[in-house]
Amino acid sequence: MNIRGTQSSAGPQGFMATLKGLVSRLPLHAVIIIVALLWMTPAFGLLVSSFRPSTAVSSTGWWTAFQTPFDFTLQNYSSVLSQNGMARSFVNSLIISIPGTIIPILVAGFAAFAFAWMKFRGRDILFMFVVALLVVPIQMTLIPVLRLLTNINLVGSFPGIWLAHTAYGLPFCVFLLRNFFAQLPKELLESAYLDGASNLRVFFRLVLPLSVPAVASLAIFQFLWVWNDLLVALVYLQDPAKAPMTVTINNLVSSFGTQWQLLTAAAFISMILPLVIFLALQRYFVEGITAGAVKG
Amino acid sequence: MAEVRFENVTKRFGETVAVNDLTLEIPDKEFLVLVGPSGCGKSTALRLLSGLEEANEGDIYIGERLVNDVPSKDRNIAMVFQSYALYPHMSVYDNMAFGLSLRKVPKADINRRVNEAARILGIDELLKRKPRQLSGGQRQRVALGRAIVREPAAFLLDEPLSNLDAKLRVQTRAELVKLHQRLETTFIYVTHDQIEAMTMASRIAVLDRGVLQQVGTPQELYTRPGNVFVAGFIGSPAMNFFDVTIEGETDALYLDSGDYRLPVPAQKAAMLRAYLGKKLKLGIRPEDIHAKEFLPSGIDPSAAVSAKVDVLELMGNELFVYLVNGKHQFLARLDPRANARPGQDIELVFNMDNLHAFDINTEKAIYD
Repeated sequence: MNIRGTQSSAGPQGFMATLKGLVSRLPLHAVIIIVALLWMTPAFGLLVSSFRPSTAVSSTGWWTAFQTPFDFTLQNYSSVLSQNGMARSFVNSLIISIPGTIIPILVAGFAAFAFAWMKFRGRDILFMFVVALLVVPIQMTLIPVLRLLTNINLVGSFPGIWLAHTAYGLPFCVFLLRNFFAQLPKELLESAYLDGASNLRVFFRLVLPLSVPAVASLAIFQFLWVWNDLLVALVYLQDPAKAPMTVTINNLVSSFGTQWQLLTAAAFISMILPLVIFLALQRYFVEGITAGAVKG
Repeated sequence: MAEVRFENVTKRFGETVAVNDLTLEIPDKEFLVLVGPSGCGKSTALRLLSGLEEANEGDIYIGERLVNDVPSKDRNIAMVFQSYALYPHMSVYDNMAFGLSLRKVPKADINRRVNEAARILGIDELLKRKPRQLSGGQRQRVALGRAIVREPAAFLLDEPLSNLDAKLRVQTRAELVKLHQRLETTFIYVTHDQIEAMTMASRIAVLDRGVLQQVGTPQELYTRPGNVFVAGFIGSPAMNFFDVTIEGETDALYLDSGDYRLPVPAQKAAMLRAYLGKKLKLGIRPEDIHAKEFLPSGIDPSAAVSAKVDVLELMGNELFVYLVNGKHQFLARLDPRANARPGQDIELVFNMDNLHAFDINTEKAIYD
């Protein structure tokens, strides 16, 4: 019997069931669409504004842009990229964000593996301590960390900010990865040990490949956090030549006050990469890769 | 190729003793089945041998080598897990090759061994697939294949059939026996299913609550169980037990259960005479109870009893009859023509030549 109408079976009954299913889910779809529209509208407005000339932006609302004559331009993007140093900042943001994502996840991966699978004294207490670090507010750490970085001559350098982002990201990364690793089937790891694998091999050949969904979503979070970070960069990276986009955009606000068309263009440049990464990795959010490991 | 030896091995988890003073010798090329109810320590014993757990006391030898402090990977054993534990992100080929490549076996050798194992197991068509694309039976074969290519000194199998459906299980049972004959390697097989133990083992070791109860061939365990536990565990349906008192005159002995008065055959009388006037436990297997009108020839009809039929289970070639009589409940495996109806009395004969007697206190079997 085809009750839910999941198969597109022939016959009036199957068709009615399909129709019924659609109708019953209509309110749900309507709500989702409305919420999505509400969320998208401001961003869409920014996008439209970024392509409009400065005179139009300061005189009329973005929704008027769809009347003839159309008046769109790429001028905002080219001027922001060339004159305001957004191109340089884009590169700086990459230099900060890529190691700022890879280092904490790798370090946290090792730690999480140890917390999940290796037996040593005080393991659980140590893990609880790491998780407890999640509650430390970042503002409390700014001055001590700044002094520390000054002492070891890393203020205003990329390695300094990589270290800072690693430290700030670690507790959450360790917490998330440990919980993911811990629920991998125990026999899988035992089987690998019996096959002759060392801990390092088990980690790289087995645990990491099986944790791709967790690592991917964690990478997205960590990358977005570093990419969008203003505070840490502002405090520890005082060299304007190394400023990431967040800092540069912030400077745009102060120096150009109301030049919205430049701000919107700059904002969109900073949004491109996160969007691409999210779209590229989103399948890992839904794909369960452990299927078939054990009887299921 | 190696014999395996446990010497006074004990393993504790906190307060619980999982394996208690286990001493067991498994000769080379034997198919030994460790059997017992869940929680009896059989899996723990296997894990101790594999090195996944460390014993608290005692010594474990593989071949002549003491392996107490040898890590799993250097013990030259291969294990098949109940859940198969296939690497889900690797193809069947890579699953089987993984252990070899870690051991730096040359590529050509790996290729030859994997292909040969795949051919033996009939999975050569599947080598490129991922585990999730396989059926349960195929996964089980891949898990076996992964063990075979290692060419280990001993195979450890932890309930490898329990995730298969009933039909496939019976089929795989026979294949495992064939595989054992072909590979000529020590197999140590853990199961809770006494039928698997009976059908596959060269010898069976029965464990209960961490203690080794008895080791022997399936035939020995069935015909001469060492104690009440083994008697009740081996054989399906399980043996019936009656608390009886031995009574007797000059030459004839009787077992009195309160409801029944059963004569002891002459050749059993000698060993039971020492218990005259005492209580003991009588064990009768369901197949040693016959319907009176279908009594096979050669069985003494003198131990006749009657009981009320409770439930019938017709198997086709035989009839399982659940019987009650006063405080006794027991099960008989009768000729299917027997005239048994629920709620009615039936006349039965116990074949006392096959009786089992156990000391009521120690629960040990009484033999000559």
